[in-house]
Amino acid sequence: MDLTLTPELTAFRDEVRAFLAAHADQHEGGAPKDPKAWQKLLIDNGYAARTIPKAYGGYGAEPDILKSRIIAEAFIEANAPRGMAGQGISMLVPTLLEVGSEEQKTRWIGPTLRGEIIWCQGYSEPGAGSDLANLQTKAVEDGDDFLISGSKIWTSTAMQAQMIFCLVRTEPKAAKHEGISYILFPMSTPGIEVRPLKSMTGQAEFNEVFFTDVRVPKANVVGGRGRGWFVANTTLKHERGMLGDPNATEARLKSLIELMRRETVDGQRIIDNPIFRDRLMQLQARVLSMKFNGLRTMTDDTAGLARMVVKLQGCELNHQVAALAIDALGELGILYHDGPHLRAKGNWQRNYMFDLGLIIGGGTAQIQKNIISERGLGMPREPKVVEA
Amino acid sequence: MRFALSEDQTLLQDSLSRTLADLSPLERVRRFADENQAAAPDIWAGLSELGLPGLLVPEEYGGLGLGLVEAALAAEALGRVVAPTPFLGSAVLAPLALMLAGTDEQKSRWLPKLASGEAIAGVAISEPIAGARENAGVAAANGRVTGTALFALDTAGADLLIVADRTGGLHLTQLAHSAEPMPSIDATRPLCQLTFSDTPAEPLASNQALERLRDAAWVMLAADTLGAAQSMLDKAVAYAKERKQFGRTIGSFQAVKHLCAEMAAELEPARALVWYAAYAFDKAPDEAPLMAAHAKAHLSEIGRFVARTSTEVHGGIGMTDLLGLHYWFKRIGQNRQLLGGPERVRETAARLQGLIA
Repeated sequence: MDLTLTPELTAFRDEVRAFLAAHADQHEGGAPKDPKAWQKLLIDNGYAARTIPKAYGGYGAEPDILKSRIIAEAFIEANAPRGMAGQGISMLVPTLLEVGSEEQKTRWIGPTLRGEIIWCQGYSEPGAGSDLANLQTKAVEDGDDFLISGSKIWTSTAMQAQMIFCLVRTEPKAAKHEGISYILFPMSTPGIEVRPLKSMTGQAEFNEVFFTDVRVPKANVVGGRGRGWFVANTTLKHERGMLGDPNATEARLKSLIELMRRETVDGQRIIDNPIFRDRLMQLQARVLSMKFNGLRTMTDDTAGLARMVVKLQGCELNHQVAALAIDALGELGILYHDGPHLRAKGNWQRNYMFDLGLIIGGGTAQIQKNIISERGLGMPREPKVVEA
Repeated sequence: MRFALSEDQTLLQDSLSRTLADLSPLERVRRFADENQAAAPDIWAGLSELGLPGLLVPEEYGGLGLGLVEAALAAEALGRVVAPTPFLGSAVLAPLALMLAGTDEQKSRWLPKLASGEAIAGVAISEPIAGARENAGVAAANGRVTGTALFALDTAGADLLIVADRTGGLHLTQLAHSAEPMPSIDATRPLCQLTFSDTPAEPLASNQALERLRDAAWVMLAADTLGAAQSMLDKAVAYAKERKQFGRTIGSFQAVKHLCAEMAAELEPARALVWYAAYAFDKAPDEAPLMAAHAKAHLSEIGRFVARTSTEVHGGIGMTDLLGLHYWFKRIGQNRQLLGGPERVRETAARLQGLIA
């Protein structure tokens, strides 16, 4: 255990802080005034796309988790927006770097990083949720192309996206996990229909996407035909790390503490109510645990199990923080949409509802528990049901 | 920066675990509990060979001069096998009290003996930390102490006692007027009621010392629970892989394996919190009290969850005396209440951050 920073890292932290101080005028309320310009500035200085090779439009630094963490902390401290983090940047880019062809990397990574291409992810289907490998969207060979038909669901940003990375069944005779390919195509291709899917929050965070004989060149497959399941699993790994991010939870707890110090009932601050204070302290201990757990996963080789629990625990904790904020607000906590009494633009309620989606998405809590018990604790798998 | 155990720390952990497996197997713990033994000198002697009593004592006084991170690893290892030892009082709290508030003469007189395991120290600090029950408490004046101290730790065969008075002042004394056992759920760590009646006692110098003792004790109790709970999880997983019902091992049922996953998901991040709290005690004193409070309260909650869940995974056999799982269950239960239950400790956590008006 040695949590002191080396002189090199201390100097690096000063450098990041100085950068943020010099460019504080380029963002407001945690959002950049010009998102693309801010993104370019961050990439040029190594605060976004940091470890992506220069040849593909990144900054080209060696991976260094401690520097990454210093950057993350300095940005939180300065309330400065991080680089863009859509599904293209968070999930497609790491996947292309791992298994993409040279041509695919050169063509897609740079414009994606610069925010010129927005991507959506075509994984889940109505009949393939937790059992993702059961997906049925089919890609039928037609010369040098595939003709894709079927539908996807829970597709975020499908309305805005120019491109999709999609799992389709290219080898109908192969075993379930071996007949899938990971393929890229424009959302403007004829035969694609997007329908917004309004959620309980009142907004359409997700969409349904329908494909009818969508013509896509075979060359757009990433990582080889029939290899899509394995390619997708590299992406899911990145997604799960993102969903349980302890920095985001810590920032949310900070807002909750501010809320409880500020809001009053009958002239008494919420924080002075011992029941609410006790609940807050219980959550704070959990947030700290996840924070230190995060530090550990970065530097401890024995932290396999610690890594495996992040999605399950982190998403649940976010939900609990929002729940306490709603309870602390009392009747004000049910206000939503707009109005003079609404707090935080209704974000606590919105998060409370949307977080449930994050507990379910990216591998449900129950799937996470299967992973923890089977891979982490070595417990036996559920026996396969033998078809009669 | 590295948030991981060093090679030396891993070695310490390994050698302690190996030694404890021999010194304190379940049969030995059972004999201790069934016979209402007050002390297990055989176990303490074996641990003394590894230098455990002198873990925190500076090298100039014959100890190992290590920090609270190492002590937390030791507490975890002891909790894992529910070992009956005077570790908390004799190896952690008394040496710390002497190091923080003792004179050179007091240190020279006691630290070498404590470090070698030759002397045992009991500690009575419950009232100013957990609050006084039944008007218990000790008053001090003119080098003498009078009153009652409940929940005194590790007093069996003690050569010296560290006693906190009602105002938080610490005193060193060699005898109590009387020591009555306080039988508790956890027979592996006997507790005592001490009565003092104008008993001669040397005052220790600083009042701040009690807060440091409290922080150290909270981290140790949290680490002990961490070890005991880890052991309960391991036992539940092993049992679920072995036990068959409906023609399958019960560990293949999601209803059972998800309970195990939940225990692991709660425990693993809690480990990082305990490590950090111990580290803060050594290296970041500003953060230490808050982290100690959170570690104590959080491990109390997680511990309770793991203790009941592991018992449940074992089914009916988990309840039996024969299996002995209850020693771990009770150890965790005792750690939860000792020196303040989680609600009280969380109030301290809030106060430390200025969240109480």
